[in-house]
Amino acid sequence: MEFGLSEEQGLLRESVDRFLDDNADLDRVRKFADDPDDRGDDIWSGLAELGVPAILVPEAYGGIGLSALDAAVVAESLGAHATPAPFLSTAVLAVAALRLAGDEAQRGAYLPRIADGSLRIGAAMSELSGARQDAGVEARADGTLHGTALFVLDPDADIFLVADRTRRFHLVRADADGVEGTLLPQVDRTRRIAEVAFTGASAEALHASDPELALQVIDLGRVIVAADTLGAGQEMLDQAVAYAKQREQFNRVIASFQAVKHLCAEMAAEIEPSRALVWYAAHALDEVPDEARLMACHAKAHLAEVGQFVGKTATIVHGGMGFTDLLGLHYWFKRMGFNRQILGGPERVREEAARVQGLA
Amino acid sequence: MDLSYGPQYDAFREEVRDFIGKHRDQAPKGQGIRSEAVRNWQKLLIQHGYAARTIPAEYGGHGGEPDILKARIIGEEFAAAQVPGGLGSQGISMLVPTLLELGTEEQKRQFIPPTLAGEMVWCQGYSEPNAGSDLASLRTSAVLDGDEWVINGSKIWTSTAHLADWIFCLVRTEPDAPKHQGISFLLFRMDTPGIEIRPLVDMTMAGNFKEVFFTDVRVPKEQIVGSRGEGWYVANAILGHERDTLGDPNAALTRLNRLVELMKTETVDGQRAIDNPAFRDRLIKIQARVTAMRFNDLRVLSSRLNDGSTDTGLARMITKLQATELRHDLEGLGIDVMGEFGLMYGKGPHLRDQGSWQNHYMYFLGLIIGGGTSQIQKNIISERGLGMPREPKAVIPAEH
Ligand SMILES: Cc1cc2nc3c(=O)[nH]c(=O)nc-3n(C[C@H](O)[C@H](O)[C@H](O)COP(=O)(O)OP(=O)(O)OC[C@H]3O[C@@H](n4cnc5c(N)ncnc54)[C@H](O)[C@@H]3O)c2cc1C
Repeated sequence: MEFGLSEEQGLLRESVDRFLDDNADLDRVRKFADDPDDRGDDIWSGLAELGVPAILVPEAYGGIGLSALDAAVVAESLGAHATPAPFLSTAVLAVAALRLAGDEAQRGAYLPRIADGSLRIGAAMSELSGARQDAGVEARADGTLHGTALFVLDPDADIFLVADRTRRFHLVRADADGVEGTLLPQVDRTRRIAEVAFTGASAEALHASDPELALQVIDLGRVIVAADTLGAGQEMLDQAVAYAKQREQFNRVIASFQAVKHLCAEMAAEIEPSRALVWYAAHALDEVPDEARLMACHAKAHLAEVGQFVGKTATIVHGGMGFTDLLGLHYWFKRMGFNRQILGGPERVREEAARVQGLA
Repeated sequence: MDLSYGPQYDAFREEVRDFIGKHRDQAPKGQGIRSEAVRNWQKLLIQHGYAARTIPAEYGGHGGEPDILKARIIGEEFAAAQVPGGLGSQGISMLVPTLLELGTEEQKRQFIPPTLAGEMVWCQGYSEPNAGSDLASLRTSAVLDGDEWVINGSKIWTSTAHLADWIFCLVRTEPDAPKHQGISFLLFRMDTPGIEIRPLVDMTMAGNFKEVFFTDVRVPKEQIVGSRGEGWYVANAILGHERDTLGDPNAALTRLNRLVELMKTETVDGQRAIDNPAFRDRLIKIQARVTAMRFNDLRVLSSRLNDGSTDTGLARMITKLQATELRHDLEGLGIDVMGEFGLMYGKGPHLRDQGSWQNHYMYFLGLIIGGGTSQIQKNIISERGLGMPREPKAVIPAEH
């Protein structure tokens, strides 16, 4: 019995951490945030050298074929560094969709290029976890797409993975006729999302698509988003503790004030069990299919709450400095805010958790 | 991540299930700790290695090899079957481990066997009216007079004092030493002349804890664990054991399942509580917390199993705080879904689950306070877990 990360997973985490520490510090993140033409290519190609986009790609398609837990370990690191990268869309959602719903030829055509970092796939599937306004995409018999997808992840990708109203997947080139993306300015500046209108664009259906498979892709996505929040939350706690140990008021470090200590203890007390929950949820995706969906829901919804609490509390520990742009703490705050809503907000996800158990 | 226990453990689990199936009729049904039913059940469990598993047979235990996984399986199976496990009294969960570690051979032989058998019941005399969270400032004194300690002072919140045969008690023996170094750990009979027990009613309206007064209580000199002045360290060995037993995730899970059943049967205006989205949302929130604590526990367990190869210090430190707060919230939801029926208490009509929701709701508030309050837990987490400095000492006396 071993509940925890393996030695290899520890090394994976270290190698991604080290790369991001050296190559994607907050200054680099700020540049991405300020420059809409910056796709963070240097970051993604560096991550590709470490095998990050290849993690979930089977070896037969040039990948490493690791588990959801390995992907969660990487997501923790990306969250901890508030890294702009198409990990969720390309390396997780698109890879899962191709593995589950693609046919042999489709897998062979796309997966190797994802694995080596040369192909980016944006994810237009927000409607799977809740259609807002009249968003939704219809796929016609002639293979064309019609409608609008909201909150499309990583719109500066080469291809979009689109979930239609019947929960079937399609791939469409981002520069195809009849595809019109509009960037949606939003609070988390480490991620980009867009509204994409489809007016008869020709698409390629993933041949084995079926509605249940689409939900499995969402399950995985939710665990990865929860892991991102886990990493971001831990980082905010670490920053709060470090700041409290050097900031002085009333002739003593504020870390010696019990009010401050208790805020930090409360964050730690929320984060520790969350870590076990996220790891288990990731493990369940591969190894405990009966529990996979419920655990994915729990991880997503619980980390949304913990992330909100830690975001607020760690900011308060920093005082006015926490509220400024100088320190950049808000990058993590906003990242966790984004994670809370995307792929289903906590109330919705809890309702799904109830349904999975036959309670709703 | 490898969550299988292995085939030998699957077989062991079957054994435990088998045992429970065969013997569950003999399990006590709410009789008190002094009842024969409880003692017989305890004896049977020790015989089969389901209680006092790893305590040497010469001290009345089962004499089994230490095996964390087996211990866990036993806990899981008894909880799942809703059958009481071995006795978890303060004597067994706190004193016995301490004696095993720090007692003399004679003390082990004298005290451990009857304690395990449930024949010798103990109470814990630590807290005093002026020494709660700041336990080390306790004042009950013991002065050596010939071959005897003479004890004067009082203890408070002493659980089961009225049922106990013996007390393990912290007393000040070195009044001139720094406060942590002036304490000794004494064992003595509760029927020693000079001991007076006064009732204290707690908010559940039960009289489980008491005030205990000592006037010239004479105790043989050798009834001390560790040396003079070492009592604080002896007691701390025990506190570690206590924290470990408070956060039982199996119990929380059993209770959560019960809550789901309750929500399926309670109705308001003909609507079941489970069909009310607001209640359902609260239920799932709590379910996620219970789930997270279960895996937190598994993570800590696994680290102990693998010789602490991974650092789970923080995961362990947060357990008492989180588990007690969680149970209080869970029991509170049980009351809320019943609405006015949730108020029913004592013996009367409309009680659900024998009034246990109100009872546990209050009981767990007691556990949030007892054994180191939530605030003290946060001090520990921030200081020992996060390396934040201690509060500088300032003496601000009370207003009179
Ligand atoms: C159900 C129950 C059973 C018990 N059983 C026993 C028993 O069998 N034997 C026994 O010896 N004792 C027992 N106790 C006593 C228990 O250990 C004490 O109540 C507990 O340690 C708190 O001490 P206190 O009651 O004096 O509260 P106080 O220490 O006076 O605390 C009052 C408030 O001040 C806060 N506070 C105190 N110090 C600090 C600090 N440094 N930082 C922040 N906040 C602080 C506390 O958190 C609390 O909110 C029991 C208590 C309960 C509730």
